[in-house]
Amino acid sequence: MDRQTAVNGYIAHAPGYVHNDGPKLITSRFAHDDSFTLARYEATGGYAGLRAALETTPAAVHDEVRAATLLGRGGAGFPAGVKWGFLPPGKHPYYLVVNGDESEPGTYKDRLLMERDPHQLIEGCLIACYALGLQQCFLYVRGEMAVAQERIAAALNEAYEAGYVGRDICGTDFSVDIVMAWGAGAYIVGEETALIESLEGRRGMPRLKPPYFPAAVGLYGQPTIVNNVETLSNLPWMMVNGAEAYCQYGSESSPGTRMFAVSGHLHRPGVYEVEHGVTTFRELIYGDNFCQGIRDGHELKMFIPGGGSAPWFFAEHLDLPLEARPVGAAGSMLGSGAIVVMDDTTDAVRAAWRVVKFFARESCGKCTPCREGATWLEQILRRILDGEGRPSDIDLLLDIGDNISPGPYPVAAHNGLEAVPFPPRQTTICPLGPSAVAPVVSTIRRFRHEYEAKITRRDPIPIEVVPIGASQ
Amino acid sequence: MTAVEPETAVEITVDGAAVEAHPGEMLIEACERSGTYIPRFCYHSRMSPVGMCRMCLVEVDTGRGFALQPSCMVPVSEGMKVSTESEVTKKAQDGVLEFLLINHPLDCPVCDKGGECPLQDQTMAYGPGETRFVEEKRHFAKPIAISETVYLDRERCILCDRCTRFADEVAGDALIHFMGRGNHTEVNTFPDEPFASYFSGNTVQICPVGALTAAPYRFKARPWDLTETLSTAWVDSLGARVAVQASRNRVLRVLGADADAVNWGWLTDKERFGFEALNSAERLAAPMLRDTADGGVSEWSEAGWGEALDRIAGAVGAAPPERVAVLGGARLNNEAQYMWAKLAKGVIGTDNVDAQLGDGLDPAVVLGLPRATIDDACRSGGTVVLIGPDPKEELGTLYLRLRHAVINDGAKLVEITPVATGLSHLAQHSLRPRPGTTAQLVSALVAAVAGDEFEAGSTGVDRSELEAAAQCLAGADDGVTAVLGRASLAEGAEVVEAAAIELSALPLVRFLPALRRGNVIGALETGLAPELLPGRVRLDGVEDGGPRVEAWPRLPAAAGLDAAGVLRAAARGDIDVLVLVGADPLNDFVDRDLAYRGLRGAGLVVAVDLFMNDSSTLAADIVLPAAGPTECDGTFTNLEGRVSPMSRKVTPPGTARPDWMIAADLAERLEPGSTEGLDSPESIRAELAQVSEVHASLTEEALNASPVEGVLLARPGATGEAGGWRRSGRPTMGRSPVGRTEPATGPAGREDPPEEAPEGAFLLVATRTMYDDGTMLRHCESSRGLAPAASARINPADLDSSGLDEGAAVRVVSDFGHIEATLTADGRVPAGSLRVNWLAPGAPANALIAAGTDVTVVEVEAR
Repeated sequence: MDRQTAVNGYIAHAPGYVHNDGPKLITSRFAHDDSFTLARYEATGGYAGLRAALETTPAAVHDEVRAATLLGRGGAGFPAGVKWGFLPPGKHPYYLVVNGDESEPGTYKDRLLMERDPHQLIEGCLIACYALGLQQCFLYVRGEMAVAQERIAAALNEAYEAGYVGRDICGTDFSVDIVMAWGAGAYIVGEETALIESLEGRRGMPRLKPPYFPAAVGLYGQPTIVNNVETLSNLPWMMVNGAEAYCQYGSESSPGTRMFAVSGHLHRPGVYEVEHGVTTFRELIYGDNFCQGIRDGHELKMFIPGGGSAPWFFAEHLDLPLEARPVGAAGSMLGSGAIVVMDDTTDAVRAAWRVVKFFARESCGKCTPCREGATWLEQILRRILDGEGRPSDIDLLLDIGDNISPGPYPVAAHNGLEAVPFPPRQTTICPLGPSAVAPVVSTIRRFRHEYEAKITRRDPIPIEVVPIGASQ
Repeated sequence: MTAVEPETAVEITVDGAAVEAHPGEMLIEACERSGTYIPRFCYHSRMSPVGMCRMCLVEVDTGRGFALQPSCMVPVSEGMKVSTESEVTKKAQDGVLEFLLINHPLDCPVCDKGGECPLQDQTMAYGPGETRFVEEKRHFAKPIAISETVYLDRERCILCDRCTRFADEVAGDALIHFMGRGNHTEVNTFPDEPFASYFSGNTVQICPVGALTAAPYRFKARPWDLTETLSTAWVDSLGARVAVQASRNRVLRVLGADADAVNWGWLTDKERFGFEALNSAERLAAPMLRDTADGGVSEWSEAGWGEALDRIAGAVGAAPPERVAVLGGARLNNEAQYMWAKLAKGVIGTDNVDAQLGDGLDPAVVLGLPRATIDDACRSGGTVVLIGPDPKEELGTLYLRLRHAVINDGAKLVEITPVATGLSHLAQHSLRPRPGTTAQLVSALVAAVAGDEFEAGSTGVDRSELEAAAQCLAGADDGVTAVLGRASLAEGAEVVEAAAIELSALPLVRFLPALRRGNVIGALETGLAPELLPGRVRLDGVEDGGPRVEAWPRLPAAAGLDAAGVLRAAARGDIDVLVLVGADPLNDFVDRDLAYRGLRGAGLVVAVDLFMNDSSTLAADIVLPAAGPTECDGTFTNLEGRVSPMSRKVTPPGTARPDWMIAADLAERLEPGSTEGLDSPESIRAELAQVSEVHASLTEEALNASPVEGVLLARPGATGEAGGWRRSGRPTMGRSPVGRTEPATGPAGREDPPEEAPEGAFLLVATRTMYDDGTMLRHCESSRGLAPAASARINPADLDSSGLDEGAAVRVVSDFGHIEATLTADGRVPAGSLRVNWLAPGAPANALIAAGTDVTVVEVEAR
């Protein structure tokens, strides 16, 4: 904990996993120092889920996942069992692609899963491959996660050697190859079609839709399932304990547990596994078992509920449960499970600028409104922060936002729409552009006075008036 | 546009009005056809939509309520409602336009695109009067050369993906790409790899802003000062439609015109920038004479037309008709070709006329076989057999069409070429017959298709490969289109002709002649070949009542000689007057030695041309300056027999005259009254339509009715008949072609090609490249220097056994001559063969070849 205790008592770097006494479905091994080794994994019940799966039929495994309503943990929250069912019959080969390109600002839960329990992920991949009848799986790990890459590579070598991966797994005729690939540092590759482009060796840019799902046309033009790291890491426990036990945790519509990466001005930031859809933001932020409240007696000012691209929440949203539907109904999204908490010392304009800057840099450059608009937003915010704002800038920011993401954002706030709205209210191809708008609109709505203060407090430029002809 | 078939039409509502659309068509197209233009920058009808610029956002309702959708990406569906003028649509489009403009420099007054720029037009019409963007605009180094001719200004670029998409999707040369991300995204080339594409100029034409400019037009004119005329490209036989633009009596730019049946708006850089040669200061501008009578050579002196023509007429009049010969004529337009045919055959009475210089095919084959159109060859799901040149090198625009057909429309390509071509990676089957065995291979292939016994014999092709290719052909229910031409100029024409005859035994096969020389099909259709009269009529068929040549004073008394025959006769001293009409035998004839001897041995040599060339410099006594393709009116016949206008845009230099006028003046001197009434291209066309049944459909009404697509002449075999060309059975056509003189080895003594090259020797393959040392390219500023140096390419395995190093300076030696080249290992060349590029600067491959031989054996020596 030494390097995390920085000047002013401020925790500069999120500490990762924090031990607590919540349920432990996927983080049970995190307490061990050698949790990433095969020896520890096997000693703690590792690969039992795979063996259990191999004893039943693939269809039974699929049914189990469907019965457990395992929601995707990448952001969209689509049920994995349903997604698996989209594979068109008879169009072999199919591929499984694991989306380990976790790069949403504030999110670092998959990193821990890959660094601390790579075998659990590998076992999850194998179970998914078995259920779907696949022979080839690609594990795409974010470029910057060097430790995760090393640990997964080492774990794969161990697993190949021990006969868990490769030909005739565990003495059956089930064979799978798992290949690790790593990114080159592009946020947009977290979008599944951009990830597939990158995996194929091309520039990471989202594909045009339709087709809407890679399950129809994916990697190398073949039907492809893209699953998140956390989603797959749930499978080993589920195979051992069954869907029924899984559904004991969490709410009815969102069973199981879910990992949340909480960062910001907290006493005890970190990654927590919590019951899905039951725990509230207030419990997570203030609970003794979790983050233990705002640091140094400050007050909560605002928080980002679902990663950098989500519209911001405030104190009145604290009692919402950690579940996609109510969060969506309240006008934001639970996204990738990243909660960023900001206290009353935070400058709302500067915070918005920091997030917008990220999206402006990470825009892939493909479509005009995102490429030009996000950078323009950033430039205006920077100008306001530098004391060079103009009174018209606030309206300009809102209008630029409206040109990227027309109408009230996000659509999920409107009744009767699912978390992923169709057709999307965006002038862009993918939701990255609207992501840059979210913090600007959120902060202007709530803290307009902060913007105005920065703009009007500008010192007037002294102008010396020299009468004509008087200069001689 | 064609009317929509009622039973297949989809009805949509555009701004409240019902509109019929084609099923599957994109909304942006359906709206445009109904008169509602949706602004766009990235959308291009000849490329796949990408929906990147977002300018074409409109509100679309497909039953779930109105939502913004890019109209270039949304296919129409029944009952779809579109609102192109709603407030939401306007707001979105205004927003996108503003985004595009914020970093776009306001240098329209000095931008080449200013005045014809979609972004400028859109901004003028709908854009805001003032900018809300007070930040500093994005900066890049201005402009960077991404190839020899194309410059890129990244500040102006709006990243619409048109150029990069063209390079990747249409041309297959993905040498430019997006780099960087976010606001720093730019188009650029990869390090050390210039945008060296034969088709790079198209990106300049389709760029919706002034980001891409081409050297020949940069800062030369303002769009509003240009006048334009629709014409036809002249550099190859595809006849791509172009718009020729000129200002102050000077051609400044050539753009591709979108002819659906021909080039789809694309051009090769040679077609696009070839006009530069016509503006050269070295163009011939006045007739010139020199005296070579008494051994020495006098200086050239300018002369009046009258004096020059009188001297020619005097020499021709004094010579017996069979001692006069005319070579060349593929450069001319149809009208001029007809006039030269009439002058030579109808007035002088000689049949020693040949527009091809031994690098083409027997007219009997070209005109006798059932002919395909380009659309036939590129039809969806069709099957194409390529027995001919690399389309990428010789017929670039046809390459683009074939490439599209294979990639997008499921066409299958079977390639029978001695070396790999630009299409090899797309071919279902690539058969590589040993040079000289193409006909044998095709014969075996046809037998295999029919299910008969076959022998791959000495072709060097694996039996199983042959069977697989035969299966592919057997599966072609709607017939096979053969693209037929000379893959290697070192392989005798007879070999290809025999292969074509063999292939014609397939049921339902049609041929697209891939002859390269400009208007060569026009030349054959108008009779510029031995034993041929206009309209595919044989000289000996005149009595049958078919041809209608009453307008001609006489006809040749006997069959004449082809190019090889003429040059042999001239070398023997049997030709008194040799007229070179746009011909350079020294560089273009397959046998350089024979060309040299022929030119030196001929009596009076007259050159009618745009430039001095190596042959006229060597041997001409009189040089007449001719008007170029943009300097006279006329028509062009492309390889499928499509006639389209070639229009005059500027005046010729000096006193240069249209070729038809030169022929008419000579004819009038030799036979007064023979050109009565022939005083314009239109009047010549009228006589041609009267004389030739083939050209009967070529009326002014027909030409005016189809200004873009042109008029397709009656095709041979289109109705199952051989199109009026009477042939007396297959063998005659192949083995003993008309007008051909005896080959070096004797007619019956034509030896079978050697089983394989002797130890340490190679079989020669001579292929053309897009750029070479040709006369026009030498005078074309932007393509000068692009001609590849001579390289001798052999298989890497052969390189290992040759004991020579890659890149070694070598001498390629045959029995007839040698050239110097650089040795290169190339997996595209099969073992045992050696490929040289035709007409490389300083290393003419025709020095290695003797006319009439089917196969040339060469050796490689270090030097």
